[in-house]
Amino acid sequence: MTPVALSVNRLCKSYSNGKEALKGISLSVPEGSFFALLGPNGAGKSTLINIMADTVVPTSGSIEFLGHDMFSERLWCKGNIGVVPQEVAFDPFFTPREVLSMVCGLYGQKPDMNWINDLLERLELAEYADKNTRQLSGGMRRRLLVAQALVHRPPLVVLDEPTAGVDVKLRRRLWYYMRELNASGTTILLTTHYLEEAEELCDHVAIIDRGNVITSSGMEKLLHEVAGSYLWLRYRDGWELGAADAEALSEFNPRMHEGQLCLTLNRMHLRQSTFHHAYESAMQRFGPPLDAGVCEEDLEDVFLRLTREEAV
Amino acid sequence: MNLRGTWTLFKRETHRFLKVNMQTVAAPALTAILYLIVFRYAMGDRQVPGMEVDYFTFLIPGLAMMTMLQNAFANTSSSIVIGKVMNVHIYLLMAPLSAIEMVIAFLAAAVLRAVIVATVFLLVLTPFVDLSIHHFGLVLVYGICGSIIMGGMGLIGGMWSENFDSMSMVNNFIILPLTFLSGVFYSIKQLPPLWQQASHFNPFFYLIDGFRHGFLGVGDSDPFLSIGIVAGFALATVLTCWHLWRIGWRLKE
Ligand SMILES: Nc1ncnc2c1ncn2[C@@H]1O[C@H](COP(=O)(O)OP(=O)(O)O)[C@@H](O)[C@H]1O
Ligand SMILES: [Mg+2]
Repeated sequence: MTPVALSVNRLCKSYSNGKEALKGISLSVPEGSFFALLGPNGAGKSTLINIMADTVVPTSGSIEFLGHDMFSERLWCKGNIGVVPQEVAFDPFFTPREVLSMVCGLYGQKPDMNWINDLLERLELAEYADKNTRQLSGGMRRRLLVAQALVHRPPLVVLDEPTAGVDVKLRRRLWYYMRELNASGTTILLTTHYLEEAEELCDHVAIIDRGNVITSSGMEKLLHEVAGSYLWLRYRDGWELGAADAEALSEFNPRMHEGQLCLTLNRMHLRQSTFHHAYESAMQRFGPPLDAGVCEEDLEDVFLRLTREEAV
Repeated sequence: MNLRGTWTLFKRETHRFLKVNMQTVAAPALTAILYLIVFRYAMGDRQVPGMEVDYFTFLIPGLAMMTMLQNAFANTSSSIVIGKVMNVHIYLLMAPLSAIEMVIAFLAAAVLRAVIVATVFLLVLTPFVDLSIHHFGLVLVYGICGSIIMGGMGLIGGMWSENFDSMSMVNNFIILPLTFLSGVFYSIKQLPPLWQQASHFNPFFYLIDGFRHGFLGVGDSDPFLSIGIVAGFALATVLTCWHLWRIGWRLKE
């Protein structure tokens, strides 16, 4: 078994307004993994991350980080984590280079100028390194936050939507940079809404919704075991799925997606699914479709299906 | 102990005012000149009742102390409030510094600013008024304790405030009245007995009076007795800051 970098145990958080953001979630993040924490808006992702950052106080539960109890050995843990918060923050009195040496100092380290220059270069901030942070665009400020989280070379880096509001090309480069960091041994935990990229680049995934973990496993395992296939059928334009039909086809978990009726195919025996049964049932009720096909679920489909099932 | 971290935070907190010379040198120099014009030349050389000093000589140490207190307060409170408004305070919460290290760094920077500003203020006035120091130890102890107290108040006020508005409310409705009623502008012997009594409950009274005593050798209270009160108050402020930072009072959700 790979050693665990982070193990979250029955963590709960109720905000002062009574909102239960985390309802006892448990997760474990293997050392050296590139871990995607996914969930719809309001799922509790930021709450979990902010608890690690010590900007939110948990109601109960515990987190173990590299063998240290996070809440009783706070300073050690803080020194070994780098967090990129979801909300952009910047210090209006400093330049990016000054901010980075300062963060380094706060972590008790002598600023390593080579590493700082390298970070500024890789995060495409070199041109603005000595300008006031006020002059940075939103995307640059977010990249500065990423640099701030990396400057003390922590073994665990946690990023809350690092690629939100960053244009496509830059987003790619940012992803590959994180991939590289990961390859050199840094454990990375991130949240994102770009599921395609998460599927391509992350090796572990957890999906949370309304403060509960719905599933958590290796990416391949999830795609292999949880992802199924589905039958899609297209009828004339404006076709709707009635409530009675939905009821009758309930064993296939019917849903409309981009104007198509989608029916989940369950695996029965080896290499055989409920395809025929599903197709026949649809034919009986709606007649022949204009077009139809079978699709394998990707991460996004699994995500949508699981978070919707939760909602029911 | 994260010494480098504490030192870094101290440098960050001094950076702003040291970079802006207007705040550290020009502003106190200007207030000194204004006070000189208004109080020296407009009021003439009236004597303070019950003391063998003229009004201007009496006034200057008190004003220097008031400037110190205001600057110490401004340094911590503005840093925290700006941090909250710009959301950068989370970087302090995330940093591996213990609460006491945070408080020490903030207060040390506040004291440094207060001392620099008061020195500039007094240096500008030396040619115009007799500023011979009667007891330097008193000046130092009161000056530093006062700055710690006000730096700590600024820290607490900053944590309490959500924005610049609530901060200026603390400043205008709590800090300003207390400093004005502390005996900067008068000897409490000039007050009716009831107000004399009330003044003894104002911690700022002991600060101003003790500091002035260091310069003039006369005052309204026993300065060595008051040291106990002032030092105790400074300690209580530091402990309160430490506790509040530790629980993340109004900083963490
Ligand atoms: N400071 C707060 N006070 C009260 N409720 C909050 C606060 N922050 C977040 N919440 C609520 O907690 C839930 C989880 O929020 P969050 O952790 O930000 O979700 P996510 O990051 O997954 O979108 C949401 O319902 C949100 O409205
Ligand atoms: Mg979030």
